[in-house]
Amino acid sequence: MKVGLFIPCYINQLYPQVGIATLEVLEKLGVEVVYPTGQTCCGQPLGNSGYEDDSKGICQLFVENFKEFDYIVGPSGSCVYHVKKHFDILEQTEEVIRVRKNTYELCQFIYEVLGKTDLGASFPYKVGIHKSCHGLRGLRLGSCSERMDDHYSTEESLLKEVKGLELKTLNRVDECCGFGGTFSVFEEAISVKMGKDRIQDHLDSDVEVVTGADHSCLMHLEGLINRNKQPLKVMHIAEILNSSI
Amino acid sequence: MAHADEAAVFNKDEAKVDWHDKALWFVRQKRDKSAHNVKGWENLRDLASAIKANVLSNLDGYLLQFEENAQKNGVTVHWAADAEEHNKIVHSILAKHDVKKVVKSKSMLTEECHLNPYLESHDIEVIDTDLGERIVQLAQEPPSHIVLPAIHKRKEEVDVLFQEHLGTKPCNGDPQYLTSEARKHLRDKFLKADAAITGVNFAVADTGGFVVCTNEGNADMGAHLAKVHIACMGMEKLIPQEKHLGVFLRLLARSATGQPITTYSSHFNKPEPGKEMHIVIVDNGRTEQLSREDFRASLHCIRCGACMNTCPIYRRSGGHSYKATIPGPIGSILSPGIDLKKHSSLPFASTLCGSCSDVCPVKINIHEQLYKWRQVIVKDVPQPVVKKTVLKIAGSVLANSKMYSFVGKSSRFMLKHAPRFLIYSKLNAWGKARDLPEVKNENFDEWYKKRKKNE
Ligand code: SF4
Repeated sequence: MKVGLFIPCYINQLYPQVGIATLEVLEKLGVEVVYPTGQTCCGQPLGNSGYEDDSKGICQLFVENFKEFDYIVGPSGSCVYHVKKHFDILEQTEEVIRVRKNTYELCQFIYEVLGKTDLGASFPYKVGIHKSCHGLRGLRLGSCSERMDDHYSTEESLLKEVKGLELKTLNRVDECCGFGGTFSVFEEAISVKMGKDRIQDHLDSDVEVVTGADHSCLMHLEGLINRNKQPLKVMHIAEILNSSI
Repeated sequence: MAHADEAAVFNKDEAKVDWHDKALWFVRQKRDKSAHNVKGWENLRDLASAIKANVLSNLDGYLLQFEENAQKNGVTVHWAADAEEHNKIVHSILAKHDVKKVVKSKSMLTEECHLNPYLESHDIEVIDTDLGERIVQLAQEPPSHIVLPAIHKRKEEVDVLFQEHLGTKPCNGDPQYLTSEARKHLRDKFLKADAAITGVNFAVADTGGFVVCTNEGNADMGAHLAKVHIACMGMEKLIPQEKHLGVFLRLLARSATGQPITTYSSHFNKPEPGKEMHIVIVDNGRTEQLSREDFRASLHCIRCGACMNTCPIYRRSGGHSYKATIPGPIGSILSPGIDLKKHSSLPFASTLCGSCSDVCPVKINIHEQLYKWRQVIVKDVPQPVVKKTVLKIAGSVLANSKMYSFVGKSSRFMLKHAPRFLIYSKLNAWGKARDLPEVKNENFDEWYKKRKKNE
C-alpha cells in the first residue's frame, strides 16, 4: 500500500510540526508514505468564497500530484472534505474519481482503512476534542448532536487508547468554532465570539489541551487563546497520537 | 448594511449576545431531547423529505386537486401571482364585507407580502394575535424569528412596551401578569373582529382541507368568532394526503420547540353555515425558485425554525441582522432567490458548518445551497475589488507549484520579520482579536527535503 501524504498549504507553511507528526504516525503504522513535493492546496479557500471556477487549475494539480497513490491521507478534515465533495467541478475522469474516493482524513484512515486504534502513544493530560464541522458533518468522522444516530467518534476511539490521556466532555459537544475560512475575516465579530465561546467551554470543562483533526479551526482558537493569555494548549491530534511523553 | 456589519453592531453588547445564544440553545436542546424519544426519527426525516420532493415534482397536479376539493367543500379559492395581488385579493374580500377590524394569527407569508401596512393604508385595523407577534407589532418591528417572533426581547422590555401600549402596571417583567394582560387585551380584539386571517401549515390535496398549528389557540379563536376566515398559503404548503400529517405533525413541533405536538393542530375543512372561508394561494417567486435545480429543495421548508435555533451565527447575530422576512439559514437560501443583490451577503453569513442541514426535519441541504449561492453571487453581483483580486491571484499561484513555493516562503518571511504594528494593522481583521501563528524556521517542504537528503 502506497500512501501519498497530503499536507494542506497552511500546515506546510505555518505548522510543519503537524505534517511531521502525521508522517511519523503513518510510518509507525508500517505504511509506505511519499510526500509529493509539487503539491499546493485543495482549492477550498476559493470554493468557499464563491470562486470555485477559478480553482479548477488547483484541483487539477492536486489530482496530478496524487493520482498514482493507493490512498491520499492528510491531517485536515475540511481539505479532505473539499476534495471528496467539491472536485465535482472537474471532468470526472477515472483518475479524478479514484483520487476523490481514496482521499482520507488521517484519523479516518487509521481507524477505517488500517483498522487500528492503539498506536502505543502516551500523553498524560486532560484533553478536549474540537470536532471540526467539515470532518464531523461532512466526512461523518462521528455522530453529530443534531442526528439521532448511535454515538460514535473516530477521534475519541483513537484518543481513548492513548496512555494517561483523560478525555473531557464539553457542554456543547460539537458546536462550530467560527473559523469558516474567509468567514473569519469577513464576519470578524461573530467569528471571534464563536471562538471565545468554544474556548470558554473547554476551560469550564477542565481541559488542558484542545485537540482536533483540523488545524484551521485550531489556528483560530489558538490565536484567541494566545491573545487572551488563557491557560490552554492547542495541539493537532496527530501530535498527540505521535507522542510518547 | 451587510450581515457582517449588522452582526458587529449586535455584538457590541456581549451580555445580550450571550443571553440570546443561550435562550435559543435551550430550545435546540429541548428539540434534541424530544427527537431522541421518537424511534426512527431519521426515517421520519427521510420520509418527510421524500413526500415534499414528490409534492414539488407534481405541484401543478396537487394544486388543482386541492382547489377542486376545497371548492367542493364550499371554500372560495383565489390565486395570487405575487405579494401585490395577494394583498389586493385579501383587501377585496374584506371590502366586500365592509370589514374594519381584522385579527390575524401567525403567518410568515403575510409578513413576506407586507399585508399589514397594506391593509392599514386602507383604514383596516389588523391585530396580530400570536403573543410574540403582538409584541413585535406593538414595538413596530418585524419578527426576528419565524416561530419565536419576539425572542430578541427580554421580558423587562415587554413590560415597558405593555405599559406604554396596554396601560399595564410596572411588574419587573412578571411573565404571568404580562400574559394575562395580553390575554384580556386580545380577547377584546377577538370579540370585535369582523374577519380572521390565518396562515396554513399544511394543505391536504386529497381533502381540500388545511391545518393550522398554534400554541395559543389564537387561530381557532379568530376563525370561529369572525364571519369571514381568510387563509393565506404559499403554494408549496401542500401535502398529498391526510395521512401524511402523521409524518409532518410529529416532526414540526418537536423540531420547533421540543413539544411532542403543538397545543392546537386545527383542521379546517369547510365554512360554518352562514360564514365564508377563503384560501389565497400565493406564488410570489416560488415557481422561479422551483425552476432552479440547485435551490428547489428550499421549498421543502415547513417553517419550524430549528435551523435558526441551531445556527451558531444566528444565535449570535439576532434575526434582525439578516434584513429579510425569513432570517437564519433557510432565509439565507430563500432570500437571494427573491433579490440577489439586496441579500447577497447572506450566503456568506455562515461557516458552512452544516448543523442546519442535519437538524432540518425535511432534510434541506441548506449549507450546500449556501455554498452554491456563493458561486452565483460572485458572478452576478459586483464584489469588493480586493477580495476578488486576492482570490483570483490565489487561484493562479496555487495552481503552479513553483510560484506557490516562492510566495509561501516570502509570506512566511514577512510574517516572521515584519514589525508587529504592520502585521496587526487595521487592515488585518484576523489580528484584531487573534494572534497570528508563530512562524517556525522551516516549512514542511524544507524539512522533508532535508530528511530525504539525510536518508
Ligand atoms: S429549513 Fe428546515 S429547519 Fe429550517 S425552518 Fe425550514 S424546515 Fe425548519
